[in-house]
Amino acid sequence: MQVSEAWLRELVNPPVATAELVAQLTMAGLEVDALTPVAAEFSGVVVGEVLSTIQHPNADKLRVCQVNIGQADPLQIVCGASNVRPGLKIPAALIGAVLPGNFKIKESKLRGELSFGMLCSEKELGLAVSSEGLMELPADAPVGIDIRDYLMLNDNVIELGLTPNRADCLSVEGVAREVAVLNNLSFQAPEFAAIEPQHQQTLEVKVEATEACPVYLGRLIKNINPAAVTPLWMQERLRRCGIRSLSPVVDVTNYVLIELGQPLHAFDADKLSAPIVVRRSRVGESMALLNDQTIELDGDALVIADQQQALALAGVMGGKDSAVFGETRDIFLECAFFTPIDVAGKARQFGLHTDSSHRFERGVDFNLQRRAMERATQLIMEIAGGSPGPVQESIVAAALPARAPVKLRSQRITKVLGIQFGDDEVHKLFEGLGMQVQVVENGWEIIPPGFRFDIAIEEDLLEEIGRIYGYNNLPSSNLLMRAELGKAPEAQLSLARLQDCLVDRGYQEAITYSFVDEAMQNAVAPGEEFIRIQNPISSELAVMRTTLWCGLLNAALYNINRQQNRVRLFEAGLRFFYQDGQIQQRKMLSGLALGTVNVEQWGEKSRKLDFFDMKADVEALFGLAGVSADFVAFQHSALHPGQTAQIKNQRGEIIGLLGMLHPTLEKQLGFDSPVYLFELEQDAVLERNVPIFSALSKFPSVRRDMALLVEEAVSAAAITRVIEECRETAIREISIFDIYRGPGVAEGYKSVALALVLQDFAQTLTDTEIDAIFRQVLDTLAAKLNAKLRE
Amino acid sequence: MSASIEDIVKQALQELASATDLSQLDQVRVNYLGKKGLFTQQMKELGSLDPEQRRSAGQVINDAKNTFQEALETRKATLESDELAARLAKECIDVTLPGRGQTVSGLHPVTITLRRIAKIFADAGFNIVEGPEIEDDYHNFGALNIPEHHPARAMHDTFYFDAHTVLRTHTSPVQIRVMESEKPPLKIIAPGRVYRCDSDMTHSPMFHQVEGFLVDTDVSFGDLKGVIFEFLRAFFEKEVNVRFRPSYFPFTEPSAEFDVSCVMCDGKGCRVCKQTGWLEVGGCGMIHPEVFKSVGIDNQVYSGFAFGTGVERLAMMKYGINDLRMFFDNDLKFLQQFR
Ligand SMILES: [Zn+2]
Repeated sequence: MQVSEAWLRELVNPPVATAELVAQLTMAGLEVDALTPVAAEFSGVVVGEVLSTIQHPNADKLRVCQVNIGQADPLQIVCGASNVRPGLKIPAALIGAVLPGNFKIKESKLRGELSFGMLCSEKELGLAVSSEGLMELPADAPVGIDIRDYLMLNDNVIELGLTPNRADCLSVEGVAREVAVLNNLSFQAPEFAAIEPQHQQTLEVKVEATEACPVYLGRLIKNINPAAVTPLWMQERLRRCGIRSLSPVVDVTNYVLIELGQPLHAFDADKLSAPIVVRRSRVGESMALLNDQTIELDGDALVIADQQQALALAGVMGGKDSAVFGETRDIFLECAFFTPIDVAGKARQFGLHTDSSHRFERGVDFNLQRRAMERATQLIMEIAGGSPGPVQESIVAAALPARAPVKLRSQRITKVLGIQFGDDEVHKLFEGLGMQVQVVENGWEIIPPGFRFDIAIEEDLLEEIGRIYGYNNLPSSNLLMRAELGKAPEAQLSLARLQDCLVDRGYQEAITYSFVDEAMQNAVAPGEEFIRIQNPISSELAVMRTTLWCGLLNAALYNINRQQNRVRLFEAGLRFFYQDGQIQQRKMLSGLALGTVNVEQWGEKSRKLDFFDMKADVEALFGLAGVSADFVAFQHSALHPGQTAQIKNQRGEIIGLLGMLHPTLEKQLGFDSPVYLFELEQDAVLERNVPIFSALSKFPSVRRDMALLVEEAVSAAAITRVIEECRETAIREISIFDIYRGPGVAEGYKSVALALVLQDFAQTLTDTEIDAIFRQVLDTLAAKLNAKLRE
Repeated sequence: MSASIEDIVKQALQELASATDLSQLDQVRVNYLGKKGLFTQQMKELGSLDPEQRRSAGQVINDAKNTFQEALETRKATLESDELAARLAKECIDVTLPGRGQTVSGLHPVTITLRRIAKIFADAGFNIVEGPEIEDDYHNFGALNIPEHHPARAMHDTFYFDAHTVLRTHTSPVQIRVMESEKPPLKIIAPGRVYRCDSDMTHSPMFHQVEGFLVDTDVSFGDLKGVIFEFLRAFFEKEVNVRFRPSYFPFTEPSAEFDVSCVMCDGKGCRVCKQTGWLEVGGCGMIHPEVFKSVGIDNQVYSGFAFGTGVERLAMMKYGINDLRMFFDNDLKFLQQFR
């Protein structure tokens, strides 16, 4: 909502400067988004009239003009504009004038001819970005008066960012009422006298949908002057409120909309075949709107129709066929109240948003129609003449919005706002806001006016008090916190700990969009049932990610394209997918790494990161929780078939994936070195083992190494599992310290070097006992894995 | 006797002096004191002397040996210290060269900011709760007193999956979810991602909010003001001013937006605050009776407040970041500034 400050001050003029006025509005909840002067600074420019022009003797394009500026003698001014001509009224900058940009006008000589000023264009006055020729003023412009006064340029446009509950301030009058209350001034909305009908002709109106249209007023105005022009003052006011001048009738309806907040619509009466009906639309009915859009209606829209067709989408926009145009002489003026619920959503449904729908959706004063009708009639007659008929009125009081009294308890003012408010103050405040106040036991009963749709409960009244009193003037208290002791669940690790661990291991946290490109999603997680957004912002952000890898891969590419050759990223967030038709949202922790293991460094040969580097990072996360996880060789179409592990927890549940991006995909996405990825279910990694102490042995431990020859297919995990399954309690640790293939080891076999640490609780182990354990282990390995001791 | 003991000593001392390292020195020791060493031989030869001579000659040899030994120790000490000095000199490194191994990375500025906010409130007894990001329209709108066709829905620019499933447009649904399942008193902080169908210089289709709310008996607007004052002072770690402007949210009444005095210019007016001296931080208000009604909390017994703020916005103010989009480009050059 844009208001002209001068217009506002015409209604209520508090003794405060512009800056203060603007601050008052903002602090009362009518936030001022911008304050813009109507015109740039300039002075010394008056309305002038060109009396005569003669060709400059020494310059083709210049003319020497005599200009009447309302003084005894005309001024001689040299002018180069092509539209300068005798009789034209123009802005004339006099000697001593200062134009925008601090351009000073001095007496000058142009090619030998004296010039005592300058005739100005709109651009030169800072009223337009560009202009052609001189600014042409209306013929009735009074010569000699300051152009700033004539064009009312000492004005500012106040742009209000109104919240949807304050529809009452979508008019100059509404803002004025608010300003009056804030400044303790009284405000009386101007009365508009009823216009006597000059003929008795009417158009029959039938309101069928009375619940949606409780008030419908119509008036036939005949014989308006189609050649009439909207006066400058009205054009200017509309312009300052962001509305372009179109024709007198349309301008008047817009003017009343801004002035009072009541949308009106004017039909060309010749195009109507009465009776006019306000009804629900019919399925399949279509309508060509003023904006050249044709809409297909369902059975739910509210329309104004005649016997032929739907004429207007009620409260939203008029139709093209019945619109007033340049030749229109007879108009049918409509002024109605449509209930918010019936307009809400309709404009959006058809992709429309108009000044009218904006107001009706939020609520127009249902007592306003008669005033607005008289005001619009008066203005149309002033500008374009015409002969008004009687006002036809259809009012169904029962369908009007209720305005029930709202109880305000004085003790609630103290309790919620922390201030005391007396009878006088309550009366003054609420009556100023147009409400009726009645004293009742322990408080007041307050009836909101027709223009307020946001006062229904006590809290709404408390807000009004707080707002007008000033939120900043309300006391601030230090809450006495009813504190409980905190919780420290030990079986649960915090995500922060995992994040910190990854940061310490060189991973940078990233945050990527939860929605991704469908192609990327399909490439990285083919076959997953992803969730599609109905109205995505772009095709690159159209489906919900089923894996955080999509975003991490994009982020890595972004950095690689910016000369980073070593990238380590992680992200914590949700993945989204369908499971059995249900939307699932699961917390994940994912990582990506590529490039060298360490930052390039002077002292050590750099080495490319591999699977086991990332595996160590993943194991570190499990290590924090004190749990172990199983890594099982796995096939995933986005990952390298030989370098992928599915991760399972101790209960055998699948909790993650670790692997190298498939070389084909690596190339396809534009990487030039291997990319390693992991993704874990957060809950699984956060689940912590609560430790239980076990006694320490007092006896020395012994380490024994063995090198086993096994077939390639035998995994390290299988070997350790078999040893564990021997249930030799003395074996305390098993570790693999070498894998060897080559001379001495047959093709298809490998040598796995293991270290066993043995320790007993009851005694120092003897060599004989150790040998026995060793033999037992070897026999089992031989039996189960066909493993042999390598000599 | 093969050589005079004086000659031997003289010879030995010379050899000691010319030994240039510890192994040479040891060789000299062996030559004189070893099993076949010259002093040892001298001692052996004593056996052929008569007891009288043996004693005096033995004395002479012992003295000579002692002299040698002392000289040996001295020489050894010198050589050892020379050797150590040489080793130390050789082992000298350029300590300004960088260290080896993995380097520490950093958290995203949004996470850093969220953690600080969470800590400030957790210290005052607030619990951190998260909610789903794909929400039903009841929790995102309906239960928050935003019925269908309410103009406030249009302000939210919602992403839809179907008519009743949306990407949450704010963290306020967490309020509903908590109040549905827990009984007051409640002190909750709910951080997380939110989504709006809007993208330009100052809007991102995804950003983060922190929602806070408190429900108890006798909670007043003054309490809300107090909490927000203290939070902003703790967050910015300076004496900022805060102002409250009336505003409108369907789920609070009274509602307010809160501004902090510009942290760039301390409220004097600058480009960042568009010369107003104030920066908009968030929205807040007293929880609306309709909201209490939808979760079955008696609003005659309990009252509460809620507030919400944009995390990126706070981070931008705190760190002087001027482009919202940088948060999600994930440029390492940007992210690694926040370590
Ligand atoms: Zn500033």
